[in-house]
Amino acid sequence: MTEVAIVSFAQTDHQRARPEVNEVEMVQPVIHQALEDVGATISDIDFTCSGSSDYLAGQAFSFVMTLDAVGAWPPIAESHVEMDGAWALYEAWLKIQAGHADTALVYGYSKASPGDLPRVLSRGLDPYYQGPLWPDSVAVAGLQARQMLDSAMITEAEMTEIAFRNRESAENNPHAQLRGSAPVEELLAQDYLCNPLRKHDCAPITDGGCAIVLAAGDKARDWVDRPAWLRGIDHRIDSHNFGGRDLTVAPSIAIAAESAGVSPGLDVAEVHAPFSHQEKIVTTGLGLSDSVEVNPSGGALAANPMMAAGLVRLGEVAKRIMSEEIDRGVAHATGGQLLQQNLVAVLEGE
Amino acid sequence: MSEDRPISAFPDGLWTQPQPSVPSGDDTVSGDDTVSEVQRIRTPASFVYDYTPGRAPSRFLRGLAEKKILGEKCPVSGDVYVPSRGMSPVEGLPTTEAVEVGPKATITSFCVVHIGFGENAPPTPFVSALILPDGAAVSLYGTILGIPHGDVRIGLRVEPVWLPHDQLTTSFENITHWEPIDEPDVAAERLKGHM
Amino acid sequence: MAGANNSQDLLRAPLTIEFGFSRTTGPVIGAFLTGLVEQRVLGIKDSTGRIVCPPVEYDSVTGEPITEMVEVGTEGIITSWSWVNTPREGQPVQDPHALALIRLDGADTAMMHVVAADSDEEVATGARVRIRWSAERTGQITDIECFELVEE
Repeated sequence: MTEVAIVSFAQTDHQRARPEVNEVEMVQPVIHQALEDVGATISDIDFTCSGSSDYLAGQAFSFVMTLDAVGAWPPIAESHVEMDGAWALYEAWLKIQAGHADTALVYGYSKASPGDLPRVLSRGLDPYYQGPLWPDSVAVAGLQARQMLDSAMITEAEMTEIAFRNRESAENNPHAQLRGSAPVEELLAQDYLCNPLRKHDCAPITDGGCAIVLAAGDKARDWVDRPAWLRGIDHRIDSHNFGGRDLTVAPSIAIAAESAGVSPGLDVAEVHAPFSHQEKIVTTGLGLSDSVEVNPSGGALAANPMMAAGLVRLGEVAKRIMSEEIDRGVAHATGGQLLQQNLVAVLEGE
Repeated sequence: MSEDRPISAFPDGLWTQPQPSVPSGDDTVSGDDTVSEVQRIRTPASFVYDYTPGRAPSRFLRGLAEKKILGEKCPVSGDVYVPSRGMSPVEGLPTTEAVEVGPKATITSFCVVHIGFGENAPPTPFVSALILPDGAAVSLYGTILGIPHGDVRIGLRVEPVWLPHDQLTTSFENITHWEPIDEPDVAAERLKGHM
Repeated sequence: MAGANNSQDLLRAPLTIEFGFSRTTGPVIGAFLTGLVEQRVLGIKDSTGRIVCPPVEYDSVTGEPITEMVEVGTEGIITSWSWVNTPREGQPVQDPHALALIRLDGADTAMMHVVAADSDEEVATGARVRIRWSAERTGQITDIECFELVEE
């Protein structure tokens, strides 16, 4: 295996809506910053891969347009996934493993504000049995939370505590959208948004993006003093037949975690859980002990740029390793609804 | 193709699906045995977005409301892109200066359209063209009218025809089409790099 | 950034995007949807003998094609639900209602659909529901207009 590390990470200040800029104008500063932070230009990058979805802003061929922000001339080796940028990072990692690249630029972004996000996301469901019902994503998540509540795997108070902790942690994250929280008792007294979910249980709707630079071996050591090495990475999927599986667990997370080498001795976990109850499914699937700090950034509950919030998790762990704040951490990204697809990566300093 | 080259074939059964056995419907509520088997469904979807074009496209659209074609200048090369999404696509850097280009322009490529799409398509056949406004580095898209389509050619000089003043909005549809002007053709070599 | 974010200066316009998709069903989903036109519900038996409803074409564990379709009931129980306060365009019930997973009698898995009810206090996991059929059935999951609670 070729050693591959994250050497640079930049993200937007995530906001509810950025109507003043288009997607290209929004994402260019972070692409530029991720390259500049290691003194690189696009000519130093062997492979570029992005994650985005045209449905979110209603922008056809959005990823082609955002290539304007890269400087793709003379023509570059480039690819795209209609998924979170964490899967673009996985493709770039494979490209490096295959010996076709030593360096890669990865980014993910979206503007979810122009559309009705919970309705747009219904198009990701089974198109025969579920799509024609137009189930909104919050109500779908409520089905999962209900099963956890019914089986006493969580309480509404615990869900609220998860939301509270994430948003309080985000106080220290200048890029987060929701920083700080009302007290748990006050949150619990609020009406349901979608019984059993209250507003605080749900991630915000966000416009934003992020960019990461990957490098292999000595190139990574050239660029930074302390690269964040990707010691293991894997992604797995659970059945999309939501009525045919136990929604309170995500076996794909446990398998990906084992394959990625999740083991004791982790300082930090950054997990991608757009709904409060999902954090518990993820941390249980990862097998984390209580000593692991979960989501010091505030997680997706503090800022949820679609197609980027998973990649941000990898960046947040890498940033803390590069700054010597921690030695080893795990990052998790999810795709689809109800934690259907899951990616797990273990990152470590030298 | 040489004789000894192996010819690939799908394994038996790939892309086929066995027919399921379906229990008899004699005791159905409807008792209707004339129902035809469903093989296809329609799943139409419609989404409404609150579209905002961003900084540079907004400058372009506002220019059109004043019958001006505004490009955006690359801070490194000075090339002017139109319409621009706010980036120099070669440098990956934001453009910062809006520059008026045209209105006179040159056809850099064209085709004769026999099947029109959209509500505002002209009667077919008509000519769609890539049109390089004077001062711009790249071409924009437009319809050519006012000339038999057999006479349209690369290098032909054209200018935009605008909607009446009282109908101008911040829309690219302000330019209804382009028409030839009485100027000599531009030699194809001079269009190199802009086609 | 903040300086430019003056919404009064922004150009904006509604943009409608429509997709007129048409999909082939294949034999299993086609048989299920044909059944709905006839007001009956079909499931399919998987390799372990479980009845999967709505039916799938391949066994979720072995990946082998499965073909034995069986009729299940038109009543069942709610296995999970959430309350939709503000129905959105396209949803089968335009009043507040429950989105639910419903296991029909004779089936071992649940289908997603909606339950008509006056308030979330009427809905519970384990509650019994029955299909309310659409008057006009064309072979779509919406041939089931919704489920309604069964008084017990």
